[in-house]
Amino acid sequence: MEQITILEGRQKQVFEKKKGMEQVDISCDTSSLSGSVSQRACVFCGSRVVLYPVADALHLVHGPIGCAAYTWDIRGAVSSGPELHRLSFSTDLQEMDVIYGGEKKLYHSLIELIEQYKPKAAFIYSTCIVGLIGDDIEAVCKKVAKETGIPVLPVHSEGFKGTKKDGYKAACFALMKLIGTGSTEAITKHSINILGEFNLAGEAWIIREYYEKMGIEVVSTLTGDGRIDAVRRAHGASLNVVQCSGSMTWLAKEMEAKYGIPYIRVSYFGIEDMSKSLYDVALHFADRPEIMEAAKQVVSEEVKKLYPQLQKFKKALTGKKAAIYVGGAFKTFSLIKALRSVGMSVVLAGSQTGNKDDYARLKEMCDEGTVIVDDSNPVELSKFILEKEADLLIGGVKERPIAFKLGIGFCDHNHERKIPLAGFIGMYNFALEVYQSVMSPVWQFAPRKGGQQ
Amino acid sequence: MKHAKTATQNACKLCNPLGACLAFRGIENCVPFLHGSQGCATYIRRYLISHYKEPIDIASSNFHEESAVFGGSHNLQVGLKNVTEQYKPDVIGIATTCLTETIGDDVPLILRDYKKAHKNGSPLPIMIHASTPSYQGSHIDGFHAAVRATVKTLAEQGTEELELINLFPNMVSPADLRYLKEILTDFGVPFMLLPDYSQTMDGGPWGEYHRIPPGGTPASAITAAGSARASIEFGSTLEASKSAAGYLQEAFGVPRHQLSLPIGIKESDKFFALLETLTGKARPEKYEDERRRLIDAYADGHKYIFEKKVIIYGEEDLVVGMTAFLQEIGITPVLCASGGKSGLLKERIKELIPEMDELEIKIREGVDFVDIEDEAKVLQPDFLIGNSKGYTMSRKNNIPLIRIGFPIHDRFGGQRAHHIGYRGTQELFDRIVNTVIEQRQNASSIGYTYM
Repeated sequence: MEQITILEGRQKQVFEKKKGMEQVDISCDTSSLSGSVSQRACVFCGSRVVLYPVADALHLVHGPIGCAAYTWDIRGAVSSGPELHRLSFSTDLQEMDVIYGGEKKLYHSLIELIEQYKPKAAFIYSTCIVGLIGDDIEAVCKKVAKETGIPVLPVHSEGFKGTKKDGYKAACFALMKLIGTGSTEAITKHSINILGEFNLAGEAWIIREYYEKMGIEVVSTLTGDGRIDAVRRAHGASLNVVQCSGSMTWLAKEMEAKYGIPYIRVSYFGIEDMSKSLYDVALHFADRPEIMEAAKQVVSEEVKKLYPQLQKFKKALTGKKAAIYVGGAFKTFSLIKALRSVGMSVVLAGSQTGNKDDYARLKEMCDEGTVIVDDSNPVELSKFILEKEADLLIGGVKERPIAFKLGIGFCDHNHERKIPLAGFIGMYNFALEVYQSVMSPVWQFAPRKGGQQ
Repeated sequence: MKHAKTATQNACKLCNPLGACLAFRGIENCVPFLHGSQGCATYIRRYLISHYKEPIDIASSNFHEESAVFGGSHNLQVGLKNVTEQYKPDVIGIATTCLTETIGDDVPLILRDYKKAHKNGSPLPIMIHASTPSYQGSHIDGFHAAVRATVKTLAEQGTEELELINLFPNMVSPADLRYLKEILTDFGVPFMLLPDYSQTMDGGPWGEYHRIPPGGTPASAITAAGSARASIEFGSTLEASKSAAGYLQEAFGVPRHQLSLPIGIKESDKFFALLETLTGKARPEKYEDERRRLIDAYADGHKYIFEKKVIIYGEEDLVVGMTAFLQEIGITPVLCASGGKSGLLKERIKELIPEMDELEIKIREGVDFVDIEDEAKVLQPDFLIGNSKGYTMSRKNNIPLIRIGFPIHDRFGGQRAHHIGYRGTQELFDRIVNTVIEQRQNASSIGYTYM
């Protein structure tokens, strides 16, 4: 077989854990190498994924049609009420707008859309060319806010102005403008915000229920099943619980600085991390020991139910090998633990946006021989899947065909998933999905298993 | 309710570079390369993968702020070098984006510089450049721009005229492309089909990693297009000035035969008749058989569908092709709609249905799905025909949707669906009749097991 080499400009972003290896100096947090076919998206994408689940806001993409078209109803972020977030709005800039400016079109679009849909607020996303043609988005937003009486928030998400992480920040910046504008009356002391949980397939509801069973008040979920009014009063909570650390840690830090709200990082994937997420919140509210008691109760009940169900999967999956390539590194940690709990090992682990601390921790957690990658690409992922003989790839839509072409199982752990993978029930779903993909008899025909091509 | 008109809501089109990436995928050992931000490549990959279920690597020059200020020359050159190193392509298909078009990057000049700088190294891949700003036209324009740029880059004037026939099929499915190849092979005529993503976007499993999936039209075959006997080009709203066949006619005098997308018996007959004229051979018996079976099916199914009303939407050429078919089976297209704006849609449909106005057939260009939905509420069609992005309005208004074309994101096998020729028409006809039967069966309180 042909030897695949790693591009020169990327060699510092890939390493294999070996015995006695000292500190690894992985190069990350950089923009992608030109021409390397990164699996990352852009600044706009980062902003769009963070704000997308806010269901009663108008999301208007200011630019040519592509950016809005490709993000129309793209995520599995569900709402218990309004569904304005599932529509796609674009100023659909044309050549003349590029020449003469798009401010007028933006203004009229906003006025008309706000009249038609009566949103609670509007987010205006700048795309690449908006910065270049010099539209004064701030001024238009201010004017429309004044005329319509709702918050109209610019999101500075020009695609080329940084990486996806900068997009997260631009989105959080817009959220910060809303937070603090609502009443915090009647919010109890034992209250939290759930940050970085996007209610994919109803996951936020699952998590919320656990916390509520513990006697915790959830003030706001950012941004899953999000509502503008809830965002506005988020500063009334006593604690921020941050999942998907990549997108929302900045917001948590801002809220700590401005409102004195401490934050903790959690993950809702896998039994271990899910349980810890409940215990850590209970520990924060140590003044009420019954919260911890309730947390233990929730975990015990759920695990009692879940554990026997997992055994069938564990029996089948023990010894199988997985490759993980997802957006945020924090998720990778949970997935390694979750896979181990069903008997699987991890031979490749990587993320689009991890930082140095993340990769150091990843190295700590991984077995010897595991390959660790930052901002990888299809060529590298395929190389390691084959070399390490993985049986499963965990990733998103862009990674899926790599797995299937090479004849291995796949689990979609990205924004488009339709089955909840968070929480205890999510761990069951995860194990089931992994089992159903890895153990399918169809792989007998895959060439790597000796099937005829 | 007063509807906002300035903004586009739920667009019935995609952006220019998407079409170019798909077309470049139909060249052998070619990597599509978007000159712009990383997001364009990633979004377009995701969108194409969800339909074709195949890996599609699209490289990006990955703009940063400095590139936007000082121009993208450096990024483009580094990108080309890395793609060459990692993919070892024969061809790199470079399409621009709104960003690089707006800052005015001179891509041909950058490519000349790049070639000059690397003239002493190992041979460079062929570089094709298509200008595809997203603020102009839609994905179908990018598709045609890439096909035209490809022949413009590669086609040469041969010393003698070849037997060869060029076929430019428009944006059809991999299954359609395979069918076209079968037809031309059965006619025994050498042909150059461009693009041909029948294998790259719908291929088999891999025993080992392929940098670029096998399949596609080789660059060497495209070179010969300049000495072909004729070009056949599908697409009735595709103007010669924007098309590959138009270029070949203008540059090398290769006659351009423009046909509508051959959907339905009449339009398919025109295609076969043209092949007979060009090759001097009668169509193989196999296709007579297909045609006979289709006519027989029309007879068997006609009562279910006569005078049904439909809304058809999608790329203009697909809408025109489908309209010709619907017309010959007695279905009335109460609205023919497209997100495209060629300005030719009405004219082409009027040629097919001269009594269009009396029949109150509406033609609308440049619409979005909210416009179409508004029309649907008034027109009350029996079903919708178009890509899967019409599902939202289909569900909301309880109108069945027959999925054709691109994208099909909510059903399986869109890449294997046939649309053209007798075979494609047969498949479409069966699906339409079954949609009506299923509706009737579900609506019946008796639950007939024979319909």
